[in-house]
Amino acid sequence: MANEPKSSEITPEATFARRREFLKNSALLSATAAVTGGGLWALSGGALHARRDDAKQKAGEGAPSSAARPRGRYDTDEAPTSWDDATTYNNYYEFGTDKGDPAQNAHTLVTRPWTVRISGEVEQEQTVDLDELTKWFPLEDRVYRFRCVEAWSMVIPWLGFPLGKLLERVKPTSRAKYVAFETLLRPEQMPGQREPILDWPYVEGLRLDEAMHPLALLAVGVYGKPLPNQNGAPLRLVVPWKYGFKNIKAIVGIRLQAEQPRTTWNLAAAREYGFYANVNPAVDHPRWSQASERRIGELGRRKTLPFNGYADEVASLYKDLDLKAAF
Amino acid sequence: MSTPLPWLKPGLVVGALAPLTALALQAATGALGADPIAIALNRLGLLALILLVASLMCTPLKLFFGWTWPLRVRRALGLLAFTYAAAHVLLYSVVDQGLELSAIVADVVKRPFITVGFVAFVLLVPLAWTSTDAAVRRLGFERWQRLHRLTYVASSLGALHFFLRVKKDVSEPLVVVLLLAGSFGLRLIARARSTRPAS
Repeated sequence: MANEPKSSEITPEATFARRREFLKNSALLSATAAVTGGGLWALSGGALHARRDDAKQKAGEGAPSSAARPRGRYDTDEAPTSWDDATTYNNYYEFGTDKGDPAQNAHTLVTRPWTVRISGEVEQEQTVDLDELTKWFPLEDRVYRFRCVEAWSMVIPWLGFPLGKLLERVKPTSRAKYVAFETLLRPEQMPGQREPILDWPYVEGLRLDEAMHPLALLAVGVYGKPLPNQNGAPLRLVVPWKYGFKNIKAIVGIRLQAEQPRTTWNLAAAREYGFYANVNPAVDHPRWSQASERRIGELGRRKTLPFNGYADEVASLYKDLDLKAAF
Repeated sequence: MSTPLPWLKPGLVVGALAPLTALALQAATGALGADPIAIALNRLGLLALILLVASLMCTPLKLFFGWTWPLRVRRALGLLAFTYAAAHVLLYSVVDQGLELSAIVADVVKRPFITVGFVAFVLLVPLAWTSTDAAVRRLGFERWQRLHRLTYVASSLGALHFFLRVKKDVSEPLVVVLLLAGSFGLRLIARARSTRPAS
């Protein structure tokens, strides 16, 4: 009898039932919240960007130390975009359409041995090994602004040699008026090429006088290091006064010709992407404004400059052209 | 028991707001990558669309399976969709465009995908405004219901906005379009069934 609890200490039955009910409801509420939250998170791609560190690891790269060097004639003095941003935020549909995809997938591409076919209206057509080709000219550092047609921009320290030097060396014939470029076609290593998203291989082109301009660069490196695969290894074009999509990556073919080359984005949507694709704040993309851009790493927007700030150097190339019609 | 399934609505609301909190945390810690505004805009817009589609699925679920629980959360889903749509619009106008009115007006007027998205959002405003029981009483159920059929227009425009925005790969917008079309189609089928004379 002494061990029995006092009657005042016994939980009334109603309270007991309420408490059980309360616990059950709390559990169900939490479960509902977890399923709803988790489901929405997964559906809206919340997990996608947690892959960044993983991607960096796959690319096998860490940020290089930035060695100070004198500013060159064509260098911008703007602060370079961070290595992490420049190597994990890429449009390179051969490795997927999400900007994080290339850093994630491009490690599968084998970039050696690599040959470049130089053909068409040149004195002598030839196929050159890339390691041989890069010995022909001293490599130069060039810190360029980079403006994507999607209205974001970066500042990238490239390493490469002027395209014009290569063209001079292979001697275009008098019939050569344009240069056509072609990306590697290797679906087994470039998963995006297994989908009919674009007409593969990616092709681009320049007028010969554009290609001869000293700003036009064939890049083999960034930040003083070899190009990571997601940035277009082992050889890519950099034409800083044009929208990013002109800067064709993983080049295997350079062809001199009399006719204007076909270009991939123009073939995909002629109304939206022209052959020239000069950066021009006055000519909007049909679906968005080109008047301003977001510099990666900054929050606000900055005004886009004609020819991406290279008007003094290149505007004369287009003095006879209606830039609104030839966008 | 007073209300059946008392845990359902609060659980759903807490869970559905979790991605907003997580997104804010990711933005604050730099975990959104190189272009956090673009990523956040895409996520908020997509979440608004998903929730809107979910709110439109409630009625078909009732019609075809006889489930009543979806109807208990339909209003909450609609308001959550509006919350995400509003966050999407605020992020675009305040942070992305820096409240530069001329740029925003130019965008809305000149760019079809933004025009479409803007109209979709504007249509959602009166629906959120009249989402209370008091508003239903004030308007009368018939008028309230007619007004709220705007959801069909707003969600279709939202899907079109998504469709027009992507550069090349339209598979995600297509899924949204198909789900919406499905929810509309099921309503039509249910209506055809109910108006058929009983044999």
